[in-house]
Parts: sequence; structure tokens; C-alpha cells
Amino acid sequence: MLTGSTGNKAVAEAVSQAEPGVIAAYPITPQTEIVEQIATYVAEGKIGCEYIMVESEHSAMAACIGASVSGVRTFTATSSHGLLYMHEMLNWAAGARLPIVMANVNRAPGPGWNIWAEHTDSLQERDTGWLQVYVSTVQEAYDTTLMAFRIAEHADVLLPVMINLDGFLLSHIFQSLETVHIEDYIPPFSLPHMIDTKAPLGYGTLTGPETHFKFRWAIERSMRAARPVIDDAQIEFKKRFGREYGKVDEYLCDDADVIVISLGTLGKEAEVAVDLLRSEGIKAGSLRVRWLRPFPSLNISGKELVVIDRDYSFGFGGILANEIKAKYKTDVFSVIAGIGGQEVTFGDIASFVRDRRLGTEYWFGVKANV
Amino acid sequence: MEIPKEEYILRCTSACAGCSASLALRYVLKACGPDIALVVPACCTSVIQGIYPNTAFNVPVYNIAFASAAACASGMIAGFRKQKKNTKVVVFAGDGGTVDIGIQAMSGAFERGTDFLYICYDNEAYGNTGMQRSGATPLGAATTTTPAGKNEWKKDLDRIVEAHNPPYLATACSAYPKDLFNKVKKALSIKGPKFIHILAPCPPGWRYPTEKSVEIGKLAVKSGVWVLYEREYGKLTINGPSKAAIIKPSPLSDYIKMQGRFKTAEAEQISKMEQRILANQNRLALEEKGIC
Ligand code: SF4
Repeated sequence: MLTGSTGNKAVAEAVSQAEPGVIAAYPITPQTEIVEQIATYVAEGKIGCEYIMVESEHSAMAACIGASVSGVRTFTATSSHGLLYMHEMLNWAAGARLPIVMANVNRAPGPGWNIWAEHTDSLQERDTGWLQVYVSTVQEAYDTTLMAFRIAEHADVLLPVMINLDGFLLSHIFQSLETVHIEDYIPPFSLPHMIDTKAPLGYGTLTGPETHFKFRWAIERSMRAARPVIDDAQIEFKKRFGREYGKVDEYLCDDADVIVISLGTLGKEAEVAVDLLRSEGIKAGSLRVRWLRPFPSLNISGKELVVIDRDYSFGFGGILANEIKAKYKTDVFSVIAGIGGQEVTFGDIASFVRDRRLGTEYWFGVKANV
Repeated sequence: MEIPKEEYILRCTSACAGCSASLALRYVLKACGPDIALVVPACCTSVIQGIYPNTAFNVPVYNIAFASAAACASGMIAGFRKQKKNTKVVVFAGDGGTVDIGIQAMSGAFERGTDFLYICYDNEAYGNTGMQRSGATPLGAATTTTPAGKNEWKKDLDRIVEAHNPPYLATACSAYPKDLFNKVKKALSIKGPKFIHILAPCPPGWRYPTEKSVEIGKLAVKSGVWVLYEREYGKLTINGPSKAAIIKPSPLSDYIKMQGRFKTAEAEQISKMEQRILANQNRLALEEKGIC
């Protein structure tokens, strides 16, 4: 039983307890510790899985696809360029309705070569049909990885799940960790369309204009069905293991006038900023979005919103800010901060709140916004 | 060995008339029997199986993105092994999905010693997209993207595969189905990565009448353009028809002139091809004799 861990090792520990049948992975900084730790577990016999050390991330996902449809639980981990290199296969995994679980250690896409935290990698994969969850602590990384298998493999879902953790800021940070005995929290793997040579099927055959949309709609139907399944997985987790998680993580939001919205470790930093602001008499709160897909409902009516994006959609804006604006028809103060590991302290976040100008965008550290 | 009566390709495929790739697959599947999963990247075979909700193939067929057949197969065989199932995994990929976009995944799977059979059926161009040039298109052949004929040599796939030292590597041709059947059988009896490269003449791509597929395949072997051989644990055996072709090859021009795709081939290119055929035959013959 671990009592302390890095984010990466916490993920590897949870994976070892979920006992996948096949793991296929390719190393990339800052994910490497996950694949190394798993390799150690496999060598020690702690995990009895087949471990395929593929020659690329594209192949990692392809191997997970082949393994999953053969009828076993699968896992992989990647980061940034690895994730982007998988892009084609991410679409395939979701379209093929395979409950693959993947940890993505968020890192900036190049050039230049930057190995530090940014969410633009996973947010570029927003529309592939994967469920996406963003975690903020080592404990949460571990707990959420366990939940991910239960949710992905649920008969109403059967879609892949991506757990996102910030490169270095979480992947390499050492925090306390309490592991659990999962017992039957994750039911045995079953896939209704797994390969059966006695009842042969054609998988992914040609679909014409009169059928293709039906398969796409089926993905969306399952995305919607995933909402109660996520709730159930989180409630059951609390019942069994005592720790409580929601689709979002709210901190002092109820009576707040202004709410900071963010993903990942920024949310934890924002909580410290909220304490500071409250000590100055500003009624602030923090809302950290955990599940980005399916997008959660946010309790934000009547609040001023400061959205921090550690990501960007060029020619448009901060991705999370624009998702919220589109969904809730509201103005926000959109802050672009933390790109490529740029340091963002609670003091910085407090000043974003103090200096907020709703309806505008602000690039932290850039002198003139022209 | 008796070829079983069972058919795993049912009626009503959407292959072109005279398609030798589907003929080859028919014998491949007969040799495999029912306990296999076929992995197919984008290629003519993705189309030949038919349109959802129907499929003309009576074994599980897993269609996968272009670059990833061998990687998908790696995961699949690992999954079956984990479940203690003996189901074999066979990749059936075109030349584009093998020598071009799929070569990385294939190389990786061979290097890892993956226990599967990789079959490349080679119609020497991108067939299902309308015959564009691939790395497997031969010198001098016109395609829709080399209208004046290709200026480069065909990529030597077999020597690339050979460099991975697989326990079994063979060439075959759709015009010799019994030979192909036997090779698939033998391959499946061996553990580790196996590779079979099938030359598959293609009437619309090679521009010849549909009833000539077998004749053209035979001419490819008799002229020495295509050499039938096997490598078991590195040991080379040249098969009968190619042995005869080495002793007395039929003229290359018989093969060339039947195909519209070589209409623009220049005399100099054809003589270069003849030299290369000779060199290749010599190399293989000497190796078989243990001289080099
Ligand atoms: S293009 Fe050639 S290989 Fe493809 S289906 Fe038609 S005949 Fe067969």
C-alpha cells in the first residue's frame, strides 16, 4: 500500500489494480514514469498483463484497439505529441466503441520543444468521442483512474476514457496517497461485440450515407448516457472508499460573486487565490471542471466568470472560455495563462480576478493585447 | 495437401471482375480455417467485403486505419493469448498499406516477434483509390499519378522483411493457388512473425482483359519478374516454377506487352528490368546453392 506517490506512479498503481489484459505504450516525457513503473510491475509479476512496447503512439492505440476487441481490458498512456500522433486512432477507438483507458500527461505541442504543462494537446482531441477528465492531485489521479475503467466499460457507455494530468505540475509532484482495495468496484470486463470466431462479424466495414450518421448518433447517445454512469461511479466510490468527487469541483462557489473556472492543477492554485481574495473582502469562488466530455452542467448563473485557459484555439480564443460562453450564453473574462508551463501563482490568479474585464481576453505575460 | 471445400468468401463480393487479390484471399482463408481473425487496413479488401450491414467474408474481419494493421494485430494476438485462446491473427494488407504507410507498424511487429501472419497482396499500386503509384509500382508502369510511367524501381519489400529475420518468409502468386495454400498452412504452423508476399495481378490497374489474370500471374513467374521462394529460419528454397524460370526464363516482353500499363515504358527501362531480373535470379540461385 502506497502512502505517497507522484502523479504518474499513482496512475500506474491504479492501473495495476484494475489488471488490464493488455497494455501497449510508447514512452514520451513527462509520461515515461507511468510506462516504466508498469514495466517494473510486469517484471515483478504484480500485473499479469501482456505488455507491448510498440514503436509509436499510433501503434500503441492501434494495439489497444486490437486487444480491446479481442475481449480484454486495455490501457495506454501518452502525452502531447504522442497524443496528437494518435489522433487518427483516437477517432477509431471511439467509433469502434472500445472502452480503452488512457492517461494523458498534458504537455505543450511544439515547436519549439517544450515539455511543460499545457492543455492544448488533449483539447485538440475534444471531438474524437473520448470521455475526458482532468485531475488536480495525486490522490485524484489514482482515484479517477480506477473510476475510468468502471465508466468506460459500463454497458451504457462503451467509449474510451482519457484521464488528463498536468505535466510535471502533477505527473512529477510527490503527494500523499491512500490506496484502496478495489474488490469488485470495477466489474469483470465484458464487451458485447468482442471477436467470436464462432459468430464471425465484419467490424468497421463500409458505411454509406444512409447508415453512417446512425453510428455517430450512437456515440452521442452513449456520451449522454455516460453522465449518470459517471455520477454512479463517483457516488459508489464515496460509499466504498470515502472520497467524494463531482463532475466539477466547487470551492466556495455558493455565495461567490466571481468564480474562477479552470482545468487541472490551476484549480487547486485558484482555491488559494480565493482564500486570499476573500481575506480582502472579494467574494470569490473556484470551479474546477473535472469532466470535460461529456460537458457538465455548471452552476454559474448570476456570477461573474474568470476563465483561465492553459490552451488556445488560434483565431478564436481560450477553448474552455469559449465552451462556457457557447453553452451558457454569458460573458467571461478570458485569461490565457500557463502556456508551455508558464508559472501561474495564486497571487497571479488573484490579480486576474481583481483586474477582470468581462467580455475581454487577456494573455498573461504579454505586454500589449493587439 | 487437400484444399478444403469450405468457402469463407461468400458470393457477392464487390471485387472487380477478374480480381486476383480476392482469388488469393479465397485460398488464404481455406488454409486458415475458421479459427482466425483477419485484420485488414484500408485497401481493396476493405471494399471487396461489401457494405454494412452485409459482409461477404465468413470469418471475423477487423478493418483498421491504413497505417496500423500490424499494430492492431499485435494487440489482438496478445489479447487472445491472455484469454488462452488459440485463434490466429492474419493481416491481409495491400502493397500501399505495407511498403508505404504501414511499413513502420509492420517493422515494429516483426521486431517484437509478434506471433502472427502478415500477408501483403501486391497489385503494385493504390487499387481502391483508382490506381495511383505506390512504392511497389514497378519501373516503367503507368498509373494515374505516373501517367508517363514510373521512373523508380519497385521497393524491395522482401529484403526489408528478411532483414528482420522472421522464422518464415515466402513469396507467392495468385496464379499458383495450391502453392499459396501450402505456404499459408506452413506459416501458421510456425510460432512468431510470418510473412507472405503475394503478387496479385489486377485487370483495371494493369490494363489487361479480365480473363487474363491467371495467365499474367504465370508469366510474371515464368519471366522471372516474380520469384517464388520460401525462407524458413533464413534457409532459402526456390520453388519449382521459379527454378524452371531461372534455367529457362520466358521473354519479359511476353509479360510486358499484355499490359496496358507498360505502354509508355521505354526500351531502356525494359532492358534495365531484364538486367535486374537476371541479377535477382542469380543472387537467389547462388544463395540457395550456398555459394553466397
Ligand atoms: S482494383 Fe484490382 S485488386 Fe482492387 S478489387 Fe479491382 S481487380 Fe482487385
